[in-house]
Amino acid sequence: MTHLMTIDPTLIDWSRAQFALTAIYHWLFVPLTLGLALIMGIMETCYYRTGKPFWKDTAIFWQRLFGVNFAIGVATGLILEFEFGTNWSNYSWFVGDIFGAPLAIEGIVAFFMESTFVAVMFFGWQKVSRGFHLAATWLTGLGATISAWWILVANAWMQNPVGCTFNPNTVRNEMTSFAEVALSPFAIHKFCHTVSSTWVVGAVFVCAVSCWYLLHRREQEMARQSIKIASIVGIAAALITMMTGDFSAVQVAEKQPMKLAAMEALYDGGEGVSLTAVAAVNPFEQPNYAKGGEAPLRIAIPKGLSLLATHTPNGFVPGVNDLLNGYTRPDGQREPSAEEKMMRGRQAITALAQYRKIKAANDNDTRLPALEAQLKRDMPFFGYGYIKDRAELVPYIPINFYAFRVMVGVGTLLMLFFLIIGHMAWRNDITRPYRWLHWAALAMLPLTYVASEAGWIVAELGRQPWAIQDMLPTVAAVSNLSAGSVATTFFIFLALFTLLLVVEVSILCRVIKNYNAHH
Amino acid sequence: MCGCILCCIFAVDYPIDHLTRLRMTNNLLYKVYRFYVDGFRSMTIGRVLWLVILIKLFVIFFVLKLFFFPDVLQQRAGKDKASYVAGQLISR
Repeated sequence: MTHLMTIDPTLIDWSRAQFALTAIYHWLFVPLTLGLALIMGIMETCYYRTGKPFWKDTAIFWQRLFGVNFAIGVATGLILEFEFGTNWSNYSWFVGDIFGAPLAIEGIVAFFMESTFVAVMFFGWQKVSRGFHLAATWLTGLGATISAWWILVANAWMQNPVGCTFNPNTVRNEMTSFAEVALSPFAIHKFCHTVSSTWVVGAVFVCAVSCWYLLHRREQEMARQSIKIASIVGIAAALITMMTGDFSAVQVAEKQPMKLAAMEALYDGGEGVSLTAVAAVNPFEQPNYAKGGEAPLRIAIPKGLSLLATHTPNGFVPGVNDLLNGYTRPDGQREPSAEEKMMRGRQAITALAQYRKIKAANDNDTRLPALEAQLKRDMPFFGYGYIKDRAELVPYIPINFYAFRVMVGVGTLLMLFFLIIGHMAWRNDITRPYRWLHWAALAMLPLTYVASEAGWIVAELGRQPWAIQDMLPTVAAVSNLSAGSVATTFFIFLALFTLLLVVEVSILCRVIKNYNAHH
Repeated sequence: MCGCILCCIFAVDYPIDHLTRLRMTNNLLYKVYRFYVDGFRSMTIGRVLWLVILIKLFVIFFVLKLFFFPDVLQQRAGKDKASYVAGQLISR
């Protein structure tokens, strides 16, 4: 290749940082929307079944909080789509309609379904029948969940590109199977795990707000009943999240083994690999994995990682060095080394260049079919052609390692929390001064958000350097802009989203403080 | 601008005679219209939220999109985006 373009590394960093910032902020609003949608649906179902005004007042209260979060969060996801077109233009073109189709469907569903039924939910209490209103409440939540499905299908495709073929004439990936994209196992497990985790967020939010009332000896009956419902939802959601997390881990082990190796700080793999509970991975620098061995002060569960990754106690799990040096897979197939993949990637890029040059000169040149065939053979390694050093293929291990442990650790703590608070709410009188439990509920709320964000950090940082796994690294995906302009918009977003967050929290606090069921 | 139009549509009761009002009352479209008008008028905290939404949408579409998020491919490649992207991918 000649005339190689040099991309400023700080441009890539700022572009990634900007996307990460906007995605993290967007993910502050979405989980509460999905989580509260489930709980307010349950509350209103209680009203529908009993006819008691208490349940109507309670459902309206939680819907009001849902409305605040929904209003502040709405359209924050649009900014991510703007970034695709500006900061990631090569990526946007390269993914073609595979990414665009799910996002378009998401936008349409969100616009029509959610906006229609959310209006009935807020305006229709005196106007429509109880049954119709209840249906509108559930359909609002369903609309939001269906929107989440399509976004997660798009994200799952980035992690595991399927159902497509690359067209060298249009330089786009073209969908060959919509079903393969929309119903890939990766997408299904990601959806189930992500949505169930949002139900956990909703349940913790309800418990925290209710416990705030209990601490102030206000609205005690509403708080007690809300905690009873939220604790059951929380236990069920936490169990589903753990189970689907396990299924997701098997997918990651198969399709993104480097991500799993980074999450575990697993340098050398093998059979019957233990699962790291804790270890002293230096948080400030990439460990010297090439030396082998294991992270210092490691406490591990024997055979745990093999069980998690392969569902067999002696299953083979490759480490960072295995993936870089190449190894023989359990099925006998050889996994190429990093250098072999890089060579095939360069062959693919060269084949693309030659194909386009020859085709521009002569549409019917006899060399074109052979070049197209070579490109097709090497396309699975296309992205490796941009990698200059094998170290680029290893995600930043410390962040992945600790983020995964934060997610799992807080998730386990939440299960314990829901069991305790559920027991107290159902078997005892939680309105009695169990101030330690009420304060614990308040403390769990920010921890839950941290865990929720940590999960996304693992998912997205763990797939680096890839924008599309194996096909397009960030260095090729990013638009050739000035790093300064991207940095400028980064700080604009930081200010804008922080302002939105402050506005939301202050409005939520105002609604909670001013609530009076007996007006 | 859209917010102003919305507010004008929903906040104003247009003068109509009794017969017209009777005909309109049975009309589905009119019922939907009244549903939204009455709903918006009865909002309390919702008015603040709508203001936040409208300001946010204005900033997103008329400030951020216009000034900070141009369509790079349209600007640099025009109609032949494939060639532009191919050049980018081949030369990196």
